[in-house]
Amino acid sequence: MTETLMRTDGAAIGRADRRKEDARLLTGRTNWTDNIQLPGTLHMACLRSSMAHAKILGIDASAALALEGVVHVYTGKDFPELPGSTCVWPVTDDIKMSHYPAICVDEVKYAGDVVAVVLATDKYTAIDALDLIDVDYEHLEAVVDMEEALKPGSPLVHSDMGTNQCYVAKMPCGDYAAVSAKADRIVKRRFINQRLIPNPMEPRAVVAAPRGMSDELTIWTATQIPHVLRVLLALLTGIPENHIRVIAPDVGGGFGAKLQIYREEVLALVLAEKIGKPIKWTETRSEHMVATHHGRDQIQDIELAVTNDGQILGMKVDLMADMGAYLQIITPGTPLLGMFMYSGIYKMQALDFSCTGVYTTKTPTDAYRGAGRPESTYAIERIVDEAAAELGIEPMEFRKKNWIKHEEFPYTQIAGLTYDTGNYEAATTRALELFGYDELRAEQVARRASGDTVQLGIGISTFTEMCGLAPSRTLGALKYVAGGWEHCTIRALPTGKIELITGTSPHGQGHETAWSQIASDIIGIPVEDIEVVHGDTGRAPYGMDTYGSRSLAVGGQAIKLAGERLVEKARLIAAHQLEASPDDIEFAAGTYSVKGDPEKSTTLQAIAFEAFTAHNLPDGMEPTLSGESTVDPMDFSYPHGTHLAAMEVDTETGKVTLRKYVAVDDCGIQINPMIVEGQVHGGLAQGIAQAMYEGALYDNDGNLLTGSMGDYLLPSAADLPSFITDRTVTPSTTHPLGTKGIGEAGAIASTPAIINGVVDALRPMGVTDVFMPASPQNVWRAIQTAKNGGAA
Amino acid sequence: MTHIGVTVDGLHRLGDVEPRLLLVHWLREDLGLVGTPIGCDTSNCGACTVLVDGRSVKSCSVLAVQVDGREVTTIQGLTKEDGEWHPVQKAFKECHGLQCGYCTPGMVMASVDLLSENPDPTEEEIRNGLEGNLCRCTGYHNIVKAVAAAAAEMKGASS
Repeated sequence: MTETLMRTDGAAIGRADRRKEDARLLTGRTNWTDNIQLPGTLHMACLRSSMAHAKILGIDASAALALEGVVHVYTGKDFPELPGSTCVWPVTDDIKMSHYPAICVDEVKYAGDVVAVVLATDKYTAIDALDLIDVDYEHLEAVVDMEEALKPGSPLVHSDMGTNQCYVAKMPCGDYAAVSAKADRIVKRRFINQRLIPNPMEPRAVVAAPRGMSDELTIWTATQIPHVLRVLLALLTGIPENHIRVIAPDVGGGFGAKLQIYREEVLALVLAEKIGKPIKWTETRSEHMVATHHGRDQIQDIELAVTNDGQILGMKVDLMADMGAYLQIITPGTPLLGMFMYSGIYKMQALDFSCTGVYTTKTPTDAYRGAGRPESTYAIERIVDEAAAELGIEPMEFRKKNWIKHEEFPYTQIAGLTYDTGNYEAATTRALELFGYDELRAEQVARRASGDTVQLGIGISTFTEMCGLAPSRTLGALKYVAGGWEHCTIRALPTGKIELITGTSPHGQGHETAWSQIASDIIGIPVEDIEVVHGDTGRAPYGMDTYGSRSLAVGGQAIKLAGERLVEKARLIAAHQLEASPDDIEFAAGTYSVKGDPEKSTTLQAIAFEAFTAHNLPDGMEPTLSGESTVDPMDFSYPHGTHLAAMEVDTETGKVTLRKYVAVDDCGIQINPMIVEGQVHGGLAQGIAQAMYEGALYDNDGNLLTGSMGDYLLPSAADLPSFITDRTVTPSTTHPLGTKGIGEAGAIASTPAIINGVVDALRPMGVTDVFMPASPQNVWRAIQTAKNGGAA
Repeated sequence: MTHIGVTVDGLHRLGDVEPRLLLVHWLREDLGLVGTPIGCDTSNCGACTVLVDGRSVKSCSVLAVQVDGREVTTIQGLTKEDGEWHPVQKAFKECHGLQCGYCTPGMVMASVDLLSENPDPTEEEIRNGLEGNLCRCTGYHNIVKAVAAAAAEMKGASS
């Protein structure tokens, strides 16, 4: 199986190939959805509610309709039954599911909810018309705070439900009551994992074209999930699935925000069908802030039961998770994606998990880079530091006492997952060395002794995560509606060129390059002769798309198997033509030769032409040469790593500076280490941004205060340092390529590293937590609270 | 409508535009130069950065009428006629200074301007110089490396 990977003749896997994608991206030849201009297009603009919660008493669109260039104005009454999104993950039997209207009919439930839609002949006119629509609202009370929302007498987001509690999910593992009774100490903290706004650089955009060839509507959309979207669009609109083609052209980042079905997609498709003209909508950035789903937003009550000698016995996790106003694709499941990972890399005898989903009158939440695992990792890595501090044990030593040792793998952890491989010792040793841990600890001691106003803190995060969501049966057991497989077809065209058709749907990850590298090693064709086709249900009919660090972890397996099947079919043709037994045919570097007679040989590319003409194939063999596979993964994969942050904190102003960041990740075999490193860098920036800069803020009336890029602080180059990164390599044993996944690791690991560092700097002052983001204001408050004798 | 004449990527282009039309919309919608993307509506992200008379400008914060009689260079005009890339483009590819590529046109144009002003920038000068251009994929690490590499390359070529 692995001989093709062990080749020494210039194997492509492991090579830092420069990316194929870059040629178009660097010269302005990219195919963004917003670039598409079809003749006769009507531009769509959405009138969004300015209130968080209100009844719609009436809408007067007459002035808008009178504006030259305005073609239609639609309100909820035009599509009273049409859903704008749907939830595919009803996580419990008694979950309260919301109906998310395409256009609100009689009530708005968050600031940004859509109340009317304008179609006009140009974009400026469509936006002008929004100002001319008069909506008569009756104010209803906003529901902003999760704890208040659960109290009796709270105003209700969905009055028909009688409660704001969406669901309660529980997962008791082991007997927490028993182990906590044996503990010397229960370390308790409440962590707030604040609401974030994903902000990929490309805003969302949709173009829907009416029926054309094959009586098919075509929708181009900036999505991560063209395949899943096609199914959902058919289910929601009633337009038959085989009359819908979804194309995700070049997509400019997603981070989970484009793992969704949005009302603008539904409306564009329905209106293109209804009117028979192309419909186009492009989100403005300020619209993105309210109209694209948010991420995180949990209150985490965490307990860690420990012994005085530093043994973790068990953990209790009590979450409140903000759903926002409606459930979208996996809103209720997102916090539960971290459910199995609260124990992190540590051994323990019990994990008592519970999560309460809460409706509020805010933008719906859903997956954002890491989706559930950043939250779980934050909780465990923060509480471990807090426990170490309470016990007076050095935090890295405390971790070492409790983590799974490399000789203990495979290890079935407390939530029932079996970690196939891992080497926390190796990653930690390398990270400590790159960081200069002992020197920085010495400097910290000196600064504390001298009473320096700028204190130094060292933040640790020894994390693991789960990638490759997931074996389909596991997803079914979790009540998720779809499977976790992935598809690949590799076609050898008559001219010897290769088409690799993948069901993954990249939006910046470099699949065109990395998938070519994998296929190149398997089928022995140079990467430049392999073209990767993706993101179009017309050309790549089967797929489960890109999210959850699954593309390589699952899609990579499909590429390998499809390639091997192609090689095997060609071997039979080669044997036939070389007049030898297939068992006597050797394959290397794209060439088939007869064992012991290397003069007798042919190439895979020559065989592709033979398979096309079909003049001389073995009896009964079907013409054409391709390999196809649909792979359901055996298991998740478990990347891990050790991240260290040196944080300087000005104790007088609360200003926090990230001085040094070391990330040693273990994602198993790397297909393209340059791309891996880029993924780590970007993940770090996003995780660090949660810790230091970002947070969606609402006022008491449910208005988003951070409603533009001017208010929501995305870090710039000037706000971040260069990173020190390295990898250890512990191949996965459940993945045929030995790979794991890396897209989310940086974002998962870095947030607790930063906050642990900030708290470490301030711990002598009595600080035990700092609310994120660790802005000067939040840090200064934590210092003042500690000074006044309160817990931070 | 106002009549304007602008040299865009080396070609003289004429237009009759509404006074309120943004330069970026004129480039994208009227001239079809969609290589320059739009990332925000508050002049924060810099994705739409172009050069006007050689200096970087966020084309979402300039009206089309304001560039009448001037010279605009977009990412689509940066490549030489013989197809050779600008050293900044080459360095971005070599250093993996882009992932999704949406910020890239603006980031490249801002870097070209930065290097024309300061041919030998320190890391800090690069970071501060690109402060007006946001990227969500790369963490800026490789962008900074790319700009430094381009500076070295251009210096070598000119000496």
